[in-house]
Amino acid sequence: MKRHLLSAADLTRDDAELVLSTAAELRDLADRPIKKLPALRGRTVVNLFFEDSTRTRISFEAAAKRLSADVINFAAKGSSVSKGESLKDTALTLEAMGADAVVVRHGASGAPHRLAHSGWVRSSVVNAGDGTHEHPTQALLDAFTLYRHLGVDDRGRFRPGGLEGRRVAIVGDVLHSRVARSNALLLQTLGAEVTLVAPPTLLPVGVETWPVDTSYDIDRVLPGVDAVMMLRVQRERMNGGFFPTPREYSRRYGLDARRMATLQDHTIVMHPGPMVRGMEITADVADSDRSVIVEQVTNGVAVRMAVLYLLLGGNESGA
Amino acid sequence: MSTYLIQNVSVLGGEPQDLLLVDGVVADAAGAASAVADGAEVVDGTGLIALPGLVDLHTHLREPGREDAETVESGTAAAARGGFTAVHAMANTDPVADTAGVVEQVWRLGREAGHCDVFPVGAVTVGLAGQRLAELGAMADSAARVRVFSDDGKCVHDAVLMRRALEYVKAFDGVVAQHAQEPRLTEGAQMNEGELSGRLGLAGWPAVAEEAIIARDVLLAEHVGSRLHVCHVSTAGSVELIRWAKAKAAEDGSWEVTAEVCPHHLLLTDELAATYDPIYKVNPPLRTARDVEALRAGLADGTIDVVATDHAPHPHEDKDCEWAAAAFGMLGLETALSIVQETMVDPGLLDWAGVADRMSTVPARIGRLDDHGRGLKVGAPAHVVLYDPSVRRTVDPAASASLSRNTPYRGMELPGRVVATFLRGVPTVLDGALV
Repeated sequence: MKRHLLSAADLTRDDAELVLSTAAELRDLADRPIKKLPALRGRTVVNLFFEDSTRTRISFEAAAKRLSADVINFAAKGSSVSKGESLKDTALTLEAMGADAVVVRHGASGAPHRLAHSGWVRSSVVNAGDGTHEHPTQALLDAFTLYRHLGVDDRGRFRPGGLEGRRVAIVGDVLHSRVARSNALLLQTLGAEVTLVAPPTLLPVGVETWPVDTSYDIDRVLPGVDAVMMLRVQRERMNGGFFPTPREYSRRYGLDARRMATLQDHTIVMHPGPMVRGMEITADVADSDRSVIVEQVTNGVAVRMAVLYLLLGGNESGA
Repeated sequence: MSTYLIQNVSVLGGEPQDLLLVDGVVADAAGAASAVADGAEVVDGTGLIALPGLVDLHTHLREPGREDAETVESGTAAAARGGFTAVHAMANTDPVADTAGVVEQVWRLGREAGHCDVFPVGAVTVGLAGQRLAELGAMADSAARVRVFSDDGKCVHDAVLMRRALEYVKAFDGVVAQHAQEPRLTEGAQMNEGELSGRLGLAGWPAVAEEAIIARDVLLAEHVGSRLHVCHVSTAGSVELIRWAKAKAAEDGSWEVTAEVCPHHLLLTDELAATYDPIYKVNPPLRTARDVEALRAGLADGTIDVVATDHAPHPHEDKDCEWAAAAFGMLGLETALSIVQETMVDPGLLDWAGVADRMSTVPARIGRLDDHGRGLKVGAPAHVVLYDPSVRRTVDPAASASLSRNTPYRGMELPGRVVATFLRGVPTVLDGALV
């Protein structure tokens, strides 16, 4: 693996499958009474969050702590945009504190890339979501979840190439979604077939060059897929003129019980959270047997453990 | 007054000859021998090309207000080193150059600095706010004699206001230089809208936002019979629109459209945004290779009249950050001629006479400058650049005369070097260094 995880495109198929199989081993830890390994003892992981994201932050925090790393949470609200401390100065501060890995969430696309490539820090940089760009660990945990349901053998073990030919629909605000970008890239790497479903206003310019299919019609896509991933529609988009009203959006692109009934029996329903119940997904779908939304959270910790373990070379430091 | 004899120099790329500068004007070279006898300074022009002093229609000197980024003194020093003898200082200073007082201040600072002539551009609207016309007539009548008006950095997007501005400047033969950017289509825009912006998650600045304004403005210019100048044209579609408009204007004769292209848009493409290094962040943004080709072709065939630098200095901290937080703009004065050589002359799209036309004669005409852009004929003001096209140099930001370092060409090898610049027969640059 590369030294940083900035984009899902940084991962080869071998890299991704290594992360996922490592995560599978580490996930078993969650079922043990003592959920801790000494792998990263003495290493320091900084969670550098320029945007509020409690779920992602505690997921990384739990992951690092279960590997016995020291964790520093740095909530740097307000970047240089709002004339607070600059990204560079924050980075230099963390470097001076001896961070081995920096997990960064930032509102500006490319901020983790700048952190990794501007010579400001020597540590590994993990992108925990940057602007409308990428969120690679979310894609990894989604892939991990898909594997557990669609890519295992009879004895429940990971099957290399287990997502080959599997069909995944990603539905919603693709234009502003870092989750969609990372998933499109990673699922393509893993051999799955992705269809992005959205109104034309919420598909990025140039999406026709992405390694995916696109559709404006959710009802035509749903019966053919093995998994459907619903994306949140952010509040600020609702009045942005991307669609006429939230009600019309729900009618045309929301996943409700009627649409869920058109899915194949084995098809799972995913959501990166936080959900807007009643908007893109109804409560009865979110709480149904098909929903793996809560499991995604558990898997998130395991995948982030695997990422930190592999990036920090936990195996070399005597795990 | 001083006398300079430049020997064996290739004027506009022609056969080597002597060029005699006496008392601020180009003199008959037949008088060379007696000039030397009278103690003229002799400059060896062997291997050098002589061009008329360059005229920039689009320079940000930042003073007053952002003297940490550039001053009239430092910006004009950079201009002289780039071969310029005149620059038009854009109005987006603080305070904005929207009154006779501010334009006269900038004009006076230029005279005091003495590196090149400074012609202030007046704001079209008060405070660049796009609400009501600034006192255009007062700026035109001031000592600064403003003829070019622009809200550059912002688009005069209100169609009625743009119409009125185009009408009003007819009274003093002014021109409205439009920064063509439809504001609603470019809210939060960071880079060229295309496949790459979608992939990088950076908000797109679509070509149509430039083209829609240009289309509207040429129709307005025709309707009211005025002069429109389009700043920093960046897209293939804009070139097409301007070509169409020029053909129409040529038939009519009562109105005029001119356009400029920046050196960076002739050389660099949007692919550079993939580095997320905001040194490549500029407005309008770097476009695609197809646009670059169209801009070069447009400049070659005269659809685009001039090269203008849009020299935009910014302090280090405004570029040493994440892309979205960074300022738009890049340095341009000291590299412009090299980039025109690289992109236009060396590929055979433009000869040196063409370079003189696009970088001296026509920009001076658009700005209605009497004392610039008159070529190197006997009797013309002795604004001269001596340029060595045979050398190659690696761009070192630290060597710039600008106070800022935000050049996108850092470490890049470019052809050519300005050896000397003469302003009214007096060197401002000799042996590549400021005098």
